[in-house]
Amino acid sequence: MPEPQSIVAEQFEDAAQQCEAATLGMWTFLVTEVLFFGGLFLAYVVYRHAYPEGFAAGSRHTDLFFGTLNTAILLTSSLTMVLAVQAAQANETKMVMRCLLWTLALAGGFLVVKGFEYHKDIVEHLVPGAGFSPELPARAQMFFWLSWAMTGLHAIHVIVGMGLISVMTWLARRGKFSAEYHTPVEIVGLYWHFVDIVWIFLYPLLYLIGRHA
Amino acid sequence: MKTENAISCSFYWTIWGGLILLLGVTWGVAQFNLGLFNVIAAMTISVAKMLLVILYFMHARYSSRLIWLLAGAGFFWLAIMLTLTMTDYLTR
Repeated sequence: MPEPQSIVAEQFEDAAQQCEAATLGMWTFLVTEVLFFGGLFLAYVVYRHAYPEGFAAGSRHTDLFFGTLNTAILLTSSLTMVLAVQAAQANETKMVMRCLLWTLALAGGFLVVKGFEYHKDIVEHLVPGAGFSPELPARAQMFFWLSWAMTGLHAIHVIVGMGLISVMTWLARRGKFSAEYHTPVEIVGLYWHFVDIVWIFLYPLLYLIGRHA
Repeated sequence: MKTENAISCSFYWTIWGGLILLLGVTWGVAQFNLGLFNVIAAMTISVAKMLLVILYFMHARYSSRLIWLLAGAGFFWLAIMLTLTMTDYLTR
């Protein structure tokens, strides 16, 4: 079946092949992201092994309520993201925009909660350095160094994701997507779900496993 | 990726329900001091949540083998990095 010229670029046979190429490209990027975050996860594993008391003391000072709330928020934002893709497949442009805006709102909510948590950590002197809380073992600083670096890098990814979702909302509003062509929404969805997956692992490492250690 | 409309909205809501349920379980387990089992349970549940997201939300289940291979390779290399490094640190 011949595809309309505007949808399929000339190097592709058809829309399905073009979509598969885009999906493969995004997954290639995500593999590099796995290894990018992987370096920090490796540092966490190595230093948790080297400084068990420091990590146990640090873990007890993370806020389980904020962490759990943010996990629920991000998991829900993954749902609204996939519902946006689903709506695009069903040619429901209004629903695509509604789902994308919900995703955007949840992402914003995540950052607000994160902001409250960062503020609490700063007030409690949980920032590594000269002003670090004297009540904690000095090596708990390594836990908090990793905690700030990992959640900070993750937050940057959330902000980038919000930018991408905003662009998708704008494109959807301009009627750029249809049942035949909505690859960009799918690709941004892949990125967003990856950001969710990173948090799925940060949650137990920072908030759960050290609570009783 | 095929854009067949085989998956319904209610299916995605079910997956989300499963994810929230797993979040509740992992939170609940963390309330008790179970020693090493705390770590095992938390990481197992995280892997289960990740698989739900990758297979259904990222549509990997309905993607080509090429995507499977690529995604698998990424996590395989991550496993190499973690395992080989720890074989050093754990045996010093």
